[in-house]
Amino acid sequence: MAAQTVLQKLEILADAAKYDASCASSGTAKKNSLGGKGIGSTEGMGICHAYAPDGRCISLLKILLTNHCVFDCHYCVNRKSSNVARARFTPQEVVDLTLAFYRRNYIEGLFLSSGIVKNSNHTMEQIVEVARILREEHDFRGYIHLKTIPEADAEIVHQAGLYADRVSINVELPTDSGLTRLAPDKDARQIEGAMGKVKADLVEAKDARKRFKHAPRFAPAGQSTQMIVGADAATDADIVGKASRLYDNFRLRRVYYSAFSPIPDASAVLPLKRPPLIREHRLYQSDWLMRFYGYKPADVMQATEADGNLPLDIDPKLAWALKFREAFPVDVNRASKEQLLRVPGLGVKAVGKILASRRHRALRLDDVALLTQSITKVRPFIVTVDWRPITLTDRADLRSLLAPKSEQLELFAA
Amino acid sequence: MTALQHVKLGTYYVVHLPEADDFDFWRERARALVQSDVPPDRIAWVEPGGSGDLFAHGERRMPVPPMDARPVRANRRFVSLAKNAILHSDPERFALLYRLLWRLQSNPRMMEDKADLDVRRVEELDKNVRRDSHKMHAFVRFRLVESEDEEVGEHYVAWFEPEHHILRANAGFFMRRFSNMRWSILTPRGSLHWDTETMSEGPPAERHDAPGGDPMEDLWRTYYASIFNPARLKIGAMLKEMPKKYWKNMPEASLIPDLIAGAQGREAKMVEKGALEFEERPDTLAAIDKAIHACRKCPIGQLDNHAVMGEGPQDAALMIVGEQPGDQEDQTGRPFVGPAGQLLDTHLEKVGIDRRAAYVTNAVKHFKYVQRGKRRLHQNPGAKEIDTCRWWIESERAIVKPKLVLAMGASAARGMLGKTVSISKVRGAPIPLEDGSELWVTAHPSYLLRLDGPAREEQARLFDADLAAVRARLEDQA
Repeated sequence: MAAQTVLQKLEILADAAKYDASCASSGTAKKNSLGGKGIGSTEGMGICHAYAPDGRCISLLKILLTNHCVFDCHYCVNRKSSNVARARFTPQEVVDLTLAFYRRNYIEGLFLSSGIVKNSNHTMEQIVEVARILREEHDFRGYIHLKTIPEADAEIVHQAGLYADRVSINVELPTDSGLTRLAPDKDARQIEGAMGKVKADLVEAKDARKRFKHAPRFAPAGQSTQMIVGADAATDADIVGKASRLYDNFRLRRVYYSAFSPIPDASAVLPLKRPPLIREHRLYQSDWLMRFYGYKPADVMQATEADGNLPLDIDPKLAWALKFREAFPVDVNRASKEQLLRVPGLGVKAVGKILASRRHRALRLDDVALLTQSITKVRPFIVTVDWRPITLTDRADLRSLLAPKSEQLELFAA
Repeated sequence: MTALQHVKLGTYYVVHLPEADDFDFWRERARALVQSDVPPDRIAWVEPGGSGDLFAHGERRMPVPPMDARPVRANRRFVSLAKNAILHSDPERFALLYRLLWRLQSNPRMMEDKADLDVRRVEELDKNVRRDSHKMHAFVRFRLVESEDEEVGEHYVAWFEPEHHILRANAGFFMRRFSNMRWSILTPRGSLHWDTETMSEGPPAERHDAPGGDPMEDLWRTYYASIFNPARLKIGAMLKEMPKKYWKNMPEASLIPDLIAGAQGREAKMVEKGALEFEERPDTLAAIDKAIHACRKCPIGQLDNHAVMGEGPQDAALMIVGEQPGDQEDQTGRPFVGPAGQLLDTHLEKVGIDRRAAYVTNAVKHFKYVQRGKRRLHQNPGAKEIDTCRWWIESERAIVKPKLVLAMGASAARGMLGKTVSISKVRGAPIPLEDGSELWVTAHPSYLLRLDGPAREEQARLFDADLAAVRARLEDQA
């Protein structure tokens, strides 16, 4: 077979990376290339340089170093027993691509992952080598996210953290039994052990920087993880519980959810069809509620239905509100910030505007309408100077009044 | 003398701004006008190229504020909003900002009132400008110009069409990011040039002043097309963040229509290529028997053979799993009736396990072989075939619910565990399964058939030991 060109390899190894949900390039230490020899900057906020027709942003060159893999995880298109086309980049090829794309302002940096070739340590060393060449030989100061391999030695993973802005370790599946079944070569304890080590390194590096100004930075954008949704029987309540334990135990910056997607050459052990993308969306919404709205995991779990899953036709915040109607209506002119944040349809920004504006005037319904996206959604749950919902929150059909119409039709058709 | 007397009644002022984005000039004039007590409706603000006809007869000289005029007050929020909002292309922005500044003097906390229409408008301008700047950071696409002069080296040039006067304000971003690269950004409102040491400004440019292509664009388009997952088409979400007006200067955007049009076909192909459309699990052994005869999900099912169903009591405590039916099993339709089956019976009897009380089945339901003349030669099933057939063995297990599963050989073990294990490493001890049952792994009796002499004796002894351990465990659990 003729040697593959970089273009052919890129086609295979970008295709293999498209199932990974994470894309963020924000939240890292500020740096720029002034006074250096190379290029690159990070200014806190990540930039999405393009959007694909799947609505997802492209901020990083997200590729695999290789899609050869000695593991046989059933949900993964690159598993050993799959018949997909295989390719393998050299570290230098990845470096050249990253720099060429970066110079043309196509990307914010690199997100490098890999199938496991030879063994975990060898693979991890190759991944680290890419980052080393970028940082040391080219003085590259853009964003680097490295996927680390839990089975690799802690020392090599530590090296990764010294070069990268962010490191991540995938938990893969929300339940241990799902992992045993679908990723037989992986081990939940090992994965969590590796996350624990990264957390310890993060804490130590932060501590060192407090005392020594020039202590090396270790993954300033922290660590993240991803789990696959819908490939095993885990309910949304299980998933939210797992995510919140991960946030607590390992101080993760982000947990990504990736709806199990049909993959070419799928394994027969997988479920019959993909879960609706809306399920993934509801999980992100619940994640948002916990990170920015002060919801506890228990609150989100209370919003699930009898089967342990969040409703698909309405968002989790509305689902919670409909279950706890006694907490409403909330007086926008008097309520605390925490109470306002529980009102369906009021975002963090709108709550901020309400709190600022009510110092100047007693808010009327029209004022609130100016400050929010949709007054219809908010109205049943609030009291203003000129508005008080009398019976609405007691109405049995409130859910159907508030659920988006188009989705009702879909449900009806199903 | 009060400020009111100072301003001639009915005097209009016209302020010509030297540059559309000159905040400092606006601030200096606005401060003097406020201190001179000139109300907002008496001032016309005119940017370069804008029309000032409305107040053609207005005063061009600025009023001189009285010595005792109070300092102009503006909080930090106002200043940061105004700096950005002044970059907007709306010709009304200067007047709006002046009106706000004017009102701030009597109501210093007005900026907090988000329901105020002026406050809302300036916040809207600020938001539009920030968005335009952000899109510039994102959507500028440099193209490489190879200079003939070796000394000069590589030069990267981009063409961009900002909606607002943001070019100068964003020079720093590109300088910090590409400081060791020679680049130019050309726009219809002006151009920026960085030579790795100094920034210079140039006149407005036209599109054909910028290069039309770059050799890397093919790679970039390949990347763009490959990273898109056709199973998740969300056109609205894309358009919201990347409006069509930006597409014409982005090399990857030309692919979008075809990617969208082809998405459904690609997804269908992905599903077809991969997804084996299993229906609901059958809930009786008879239904499984019927279904496996129709199963063509792997190449073995497409050979000329029959499926062989497991047999034994539906409530058996022990499930014995072999590899796959052989020639004789295929012909009789029953598991373990050939030479290996007979050897198994002998050993079971020896250790005292009643085969009739066990459910005996195979990891793979069809016979895999190659034809050699009249003979059908046994072939080992591949990992993928075992994994495909796992669906059926799991369906059988879900109905029989054995306490113990004895997997004979690596294929059977893979059918239970989903991974290939070494028999010598895992034999002799139970492996817990997810449904709470236990898996015991041993060699396949056909392995014994292939050995002779002391090696066979040794393996037979190990086989018996495994069977005896299973028997002891069954008795413990009984």
